[in-house]
Amino acid sequence: MSHSTPMIEMRQVSKHFGNVIALKEVSLHVHAGEVMCLLGDNGAGKSTLIKTLSGVHRPTRGEIRVAGQPVRFKSPAYALDSGIATVFQDLAMIPLMSITRNFFMGREPTTGAGPFKRVDWKRADRIAMAEMAKIGIDVRDPSQPVGTLSGGERQCVAIARAVYFGAKVLILDEPTSALGVKQASVVLRYIAKARQDGLAVIFITHNVHHAYPVADAFTLLKRGSSLGYFRKSEISREEVLDMMAGGAELESLDAELAEFQHSAASPAA
Amino acid sequence: MTATTAAPTESEDERLAKQATWKRIMRRPELGAMAGALLVLAFFLVAASGTGMFSPAGIMNFMEVSAQLGILATAAALLMIGGEFDLSIGSMIGLAGIIIAVPVVEYGWPLWSALLLAFACAMLVGWCNGYLVNRTGLPSFIVTLAFLFILRGLAIGGCRLLTGRTQIGGLQPHIAHDWLAPLFSGEVATGVFAWMAAHGWIATNFAGNPVVTGIPVSIVWWLGLTALATWVLLFTPYGNWIFAAGGDANAARNSGVPVRRVKISLFMFTALSATVFASLQVMDTGSADTIRGMLKELEAIIAVVIGGALLTGGYGSAVGAALGALIFGMVQMGIFYTGVNTDWFKVFLGAMLLIAVLFNNFVRKKMMEAR
Repeated sequence: MSHSTPMIEMRQVSKHFGNVIALKEVSLHVHAGEVMCLLGDNGAGKSTLIKTLSGVHRPTRGEIRVAGQPVRFKSPAYALDSGIATVFQDLAMIPLMSITRNFFMGREPTTGAGPFKRVDWKRADRIAMAEMAKIGIDVRDPSQPVGTLSGGERQCVAIARAVYFGAKVLILDEPTSALGVKQASVVLRYIAKARQDGLAVIFITHNVHHAYPVADAFTLLKRGSSLGYFRKSEISREEVLDMMAGGAELESLDAELAEFQHSAASPAA
Repeated sequence: MTATTAAPTESEDERLAKQATWKRIMRRPELGAMAGALLVLAFFLVAASGTGMFSPAGIMNFMEVSAQLGILATAAALLMIGGEFDLSIGSMIGLAGIIIAVPVVEYGWPLWSALLLAFACAMLVGWCNGYLVNRTGLPSFIVTLAFLFILRGLAIGGCRLLTGRTQIGGLQPHIAHDWLAPLFSGEVATGVFAWMAAHGWIATNFAGNPVVTGIPVSIVWWLGLTALATWVLLFTPYGNWIFAAGGDANAARNSGVPVRRVKISLFMFTALSATVFASLQVMDTGSADTIRGMLKELEAIIAVVIGGALLTGGYGSAVGAALGALIFGMVQMGIFYTGVNTDWFKVFLGAMLLIAVLFNNFVRKKMMEAR
């Protein structure tokens, strides 16, 4: 597996904003059919990293390769054209617009010619409904505003859209962070399915419990540099947690809370 | 117990279907304006009965008022859906009128060349507005407010510099035989009205001519532009981009929508609509005045908001804007017909605006409720 060409690869990528070093010589690679989890605390450089991968920022130094070819993205549109689809944390969904209009935003299917060229909304509705059904979300009315969907469903529309439009690399920025347990599992299940379909997935999160079940590999970021790349077989859930900044702190917090709960519960009983 | 469990599944499905239809109607932006237009219509049918407001001539009267505002409102609606305002259209009307009148009257240009110049200038102004909004990231409120003053000043200053006056009259002889003139002046379907008069369907005057000789060309412009804008919004990719740009410019950009281009073209369209308005007015009156079009930018925004568009962008319709303009025209002329002091018109207008905004907020909340 490690001998084949990675679908996407970063080699010693640095990104400076003025004299602030946001990323320092970060390397990572993801193969097709693999989920790589990018873990890190707030301010670790996760957002800068994905914005660099998706063409929003250009790296100061280093190289990005897609399927072995070095690339330089001038804008997010170029990244999209190379098959890198990013589902941003603040979503690329517009709540007041319908599911179909969101799904095909910027890439509307047309029919007819000349002045009578128009968007084929019937076909668009059908495709949107079918794609949503594939991931197990039953859309009753594709003309309903996206704002009426739950958070998990919205994430799934965004991911389904990326997959439908031929993404080879899927970058998901905190797709589960704002979701409840049930909604998060909908998204996680879909991530697993995307892997099965042969996509290379980069899954950004700070929630190890969401990351561990679906990941094949982990990259840990801390203060702009990589703490290393680990296959899932090399590292346990607890070790991942510990390596993240909050690991030890969370443990002590756990103990503290347990004590607090204990003392609060006894007088009531 | 067992008998009742089987039955509800069917009736429940039925109720769901009904609710979906209801929701779909509730989702249309022009719903409120439609209700408002009917209400205003019913009010004046009673209050202005027997005054001639709803005679053919009366109808043409308020339709023409609505049409003039509607031409501006259509473009303003697209722009507002796209997430921006244009406060400079009123001043653009004054400037365009001068650009048409001065070359024709003072320098003997053929009308068509002056019209072309006016439309070219409008496109430039629209482009400037759009470019500055995109480039600086300033709210369009500020940028176009600046142009409100700049364009008005250019009209007054330029006109006085070239002619020594601020009003230009006497266009009539110059425009009578121009090939572009029928596009902006006169009436259409005059044959139909003559035919209807001959059959006694509409009243005739003492000379046997129909009291209404045709449909003013401004109404044709209004309906045509509304139809075009509706087509664009509902059935073209560009229409989808307008909604997207106004709904969330960042999300739209991330999805590959050319937000800058969309916004610049919308600003150009509002400036062009102001020039259409000016052309109609100059041809109709045979004169131009540097102070024409004052407050039109706000009236257009009122019509658009009454028509159900959200001030924050991403939601609205051209049909709604047309209905908003119709309400505006009916109220303005209706107050005149009912004999109420027209001073009160603006009170009514302000109240309508408030009610429309409150209603829109209510509708949006309903829309966003879970299914």
